Amino acid sequence: MPPAQVNEGLAMLSDQLILVTVLLYLVAMIAYALELAFGRARTATATGTTAAAAVKNRQLVSVGAAGSDSSPAEAEGESSTTSVAPAGWAIKAGSVAVVVSWLGWAANLAGILTRGFAVDRWPWGNMYEFVVALCFAAVTVFLVLLTRQPIRFLGAFVTVAAALGLGFAVLFLHVQAGPVMPALNSYWIAIHVTAAVIAGGLFLVAGVCAILYLIRNDGRMSVLPSKEQLDRIAHRAIVISFPIWTFAVIAGALWADRAWGRYWGWDPKEVWSFITWIAYAAYLHARATAGWRGKAAMIISLVAFACLLFNLVGVNIFFSGLHSYADVPK
Amino acid sequence: MTTKNQETEETEVIEQPAKPVGLGVMGWLRWGWRTLTSMRTALILLFLFALGSVPGSIYPQRSVDPGRVAQYFKNSPTEAEWLDRLWMFDVFTSPWFAAIYLLLFLSLAGCVFPRAVVHFKELRKKPPAAPRNLNRLPQSASFEGDLTVEEAAAKLRRNRFRVVTGPDWVAAEKGYLRETGNLLFHVSLLMLLFAVGAGGLFGYRGNVLVVEGDGFANTVAAYDRFMPGPQVSAESLQPFSFTLKDFQATYVASGEKRGQPLDYSATLSVQDSPSSPPRDVELKVNEPLDVNGTLTYLIGHGYAPTFKVIDGKGNTAFEGSVPCLANDQATYTSECVIKAPDAEPDQLGFLMRFLPTTVPNGDAWVSIFPGAANPTVQVFPFAGDLGMKSGEPQSVYQLNTDKLRPLGKMSAQPKPLNVGDTLELANGAGKIQFTGVKEWISIQTAYDPGRLPALIAAVAAVLGLVLSLTVRRRRVWVRITDRQVAVGGLTRTEGGGATFAEEFAEIVTMLRGAAPSEPSAPSSEPEDRPEDASAPDREPVSPSNGSSEE
Ligand code: HEM
Repeated sequence: MPPAQVNEGLAMLSDQLILVTVLLYLVAMIAYALELAFGRARTATATGTTAAAAVKNRQLVSVGAAGSDSSPAEAEGESSTTSVAPAGWAIKAGSVAVVVSWLGWAANLAGILTRGFAVDRWPWGNMYEFVVALCFAAVTVFLVLLTRQPIRFLGAFVTVAAALGLGFAVLFLHVQAGPVMPALNSYWIAIHVTAAVIAGGLFLVAGVCAILYLIRNDGRMSVLPSKEQLDRIAHRAIVISFPIWTFAVIAGALWADRAWGRYWGWDPKEVWSFITWIAYAAYLHARATAGWRGKAAMIISLVAFACLLFNLVGVNIFFSGLHSYADVPK
Repeated sequence: MTTKNQETEETEVIEQPAKPVGLGVMGWLRWGWRTLTSMRTALILLFLFALGSVPGSIYPQRSVDPGRVAQYFKNSPTEAEWLDRLWMFDVFTSPWFAAIYLLLFLSLAGCVFPRAVVHFKELRKKPPAAPRNLNRLPQSASFEGDLTVEEAAAKLRRNRFRVVTGPDWVAAEKGYLRETGNLLFHVSLLMLLFAVGAGGLFGYRGNVLVVEGDGFANTVAAYDRFMPGPQVSAESLQPFSFTLKDFQATYVASGEKRGQPLDYSATLSVQDSPSSPPRDVELKVNEPLDVNGTLTYLIGHGYAPTFKVIDGKGNTAFEGSVPCLANDQATYTSECVIKAPDAEPDQLGFLMRFLPTTVPNGDAWVSIFPGAANPTVQVFPFAGDLGMKSGEPQSVYQLNTDKLRPLGKMSAQPKPLNVGDTLELANGAGKIQFTGVKEWISIQTAYDPGRLPALIAAVAAVLGLVLSLTVRRRRVWVRITDRQVAVGGLTRTEGGGATFAEEFAEIVTMLRGAAPSEPSAPSSEPEDRPEDASAPDREPVSPSNGSSEE
């Protein structure tokens, strides 16, 4: 049994840290946006030209495809239009944005940890804490990817999504730090909800890419990255998070077997986790299928993402079920 | 020796079955079977399965909450009737849901087994010989060097390729685990459906409410509600029994979360079988009691005040505890009913409001805390006909007041009784004494022989899934003529192009060894693989990656 004592000072600090996080994410978002608007060479072709060139340069031996009529120059993307030169200060804005988002990330982490210490339990026992953790996971995914791949263009969108999510949590979901229901006093919360949070963060990044993909207009000048890049990042994120999500659902079933006396009982949250799972599976299949790849697959991934969000928000609010621990403020 | 490249790419996803030729019954049957077992049909069925479960989350389900279904019937009877005709309150046991489930089952089975046979044969097959023109492959390169066939084969083997050699060529393949994983996933799904079905057939669930001091023996008759699978017989129930010695609920005592439950704990004295010695067990949420695979869960609790009712003739008409149901979790203000059908001259009935922590509030009394710090009971007595003779079953939590008359002046807020207090009933109808407070727990027992198989199947499914998503099947050929070495490669996995391009480059570098010479044959990316043209993937399937080879 956990102590009922709540460290009010730490709880308050946690709330303030989350506010600081929102601010930092917003600053980072503006800086990313500045870089995006003024700091990049705009491209109008569909092939990620700079990236394609990067592949070429990295390869020691040239790689060929017979039967391809396209001239090397075309594939190298030299025909693309690069008419707007990047502004020097804007490129700096991008570096500032990265630093600020790491700061926001740290504040987010500190907010989660202080809340956890304040109540002496895993800090994702209600919907407020869950959404905060989810935003943290999404930003973490982005920042980690950023250390390995040139995807700074995503920064503005991921940070704005995280700031919106946190703002929503602070305004509408916030509950005082406190102990959780007896049913949640289990090590399973560490396993089940952590997995759901990680998967959710990855899905969120994929969702951002999918939205950009649909907005991105081929052929016209755009500050947005190429569709191929967006498609690839979304796919990569979903391929990683799909098994994690599956694991989260299975861990949920194991927990339900301990807590509710059955491992699967079609509780609304279970139903919607299952639907979400099927929808992402459909995306993976669609993307592997010739006629569906591209826009159609992306739309399916957004449908799946909508199911995920509905499971997170809608199910807690509209349906009553065994999962109603979510502690949504009335 | 150069054979043509017998690439028979099985597409990963969809084969469209050909339309039936002619009108023969067999033709149609064959077409039907092929359609049913195509991956596309399986996918559509999987979709339907998900879609079909949606109403189950929207409408209350009889198997989960029969009370709310009854409520629905009361609120909108016509709509409820129509919904009921479509099994909307029993979605997961409805014929149409079963139809989807069974078709999916058939489709999966019909799709997996032939594939398993094909894959098994593939596993023993050698990689196909090198095609004549390696330049035509999606990936190709050439260089000059002193590489021999044996050296190339050895190098590829070291990279965990499966290798065959010809006089001037090497063929190598790896990544067989992908299809193995894919099959494992599908077979596991089948196993999962089986396990769930077996659990439904041979398992049972039961609910019962037990008051402190009372016992329970695991027999069909002892349950308030018993839900057996079709194959469960009364004798097959695990013969354990227990007595509820004590129940403790702890709540947050102060602050904003005051009254929130912190912990529930029931102490049971359990006998695994009638002949075994009793042992004390602490039953908690998340910590069920396990007797040989039959699990007992603590799922609810409440108060059971005890009373003694003396009728108008001075006889004891009722003595014992009555379980009360909480109206409000925050204060545990609860309601209960006593029926004393044996009371004379009139039958007596009581509605009661139980307040665990009572404080006066103006003219009224309210409970301010769920724990029993100052328990009192407000009693509303009735006399007359309880209506129990009609034989219709009655709920023990409801008093049918149609043929009852209130005793004395009815007030919405009668003065509450403390423990030990007695209320004299009007018109000499008798008296009722509030003798004490006990608590009750509701438990669920569950026996499900499919639990473990279902878990194993689910874990296997995830494993298969990860394999089939991460491993790429890929082939590499080397042809050596004079000092000219041509290398070609392809990946048999859709979408794996970009990563394979990198891996291929590494393989070529590895084959060339230390002797660098300028690459020849500049070439472009195939236009049907857009991701090949994008940023480098930093997740190379490194040749030393053990998981990508069987
Ligand atoms: C088959 C069983 C289960 C499934 C499929 C399942 C599914 C999920 C999913 C998908 C989430 C992700 C967050 C969301 O979308 O809202 C979630 C969150 C959560 N689950 Fe489960 N779960 C199961 C069992 C359980 C059990 C037994 C418990 C606790 C007794 C539990 C407690 C939670 C909590 C506390 C969250 C955090 C999010 C929130 O408060 O809304 N789950 N579950």
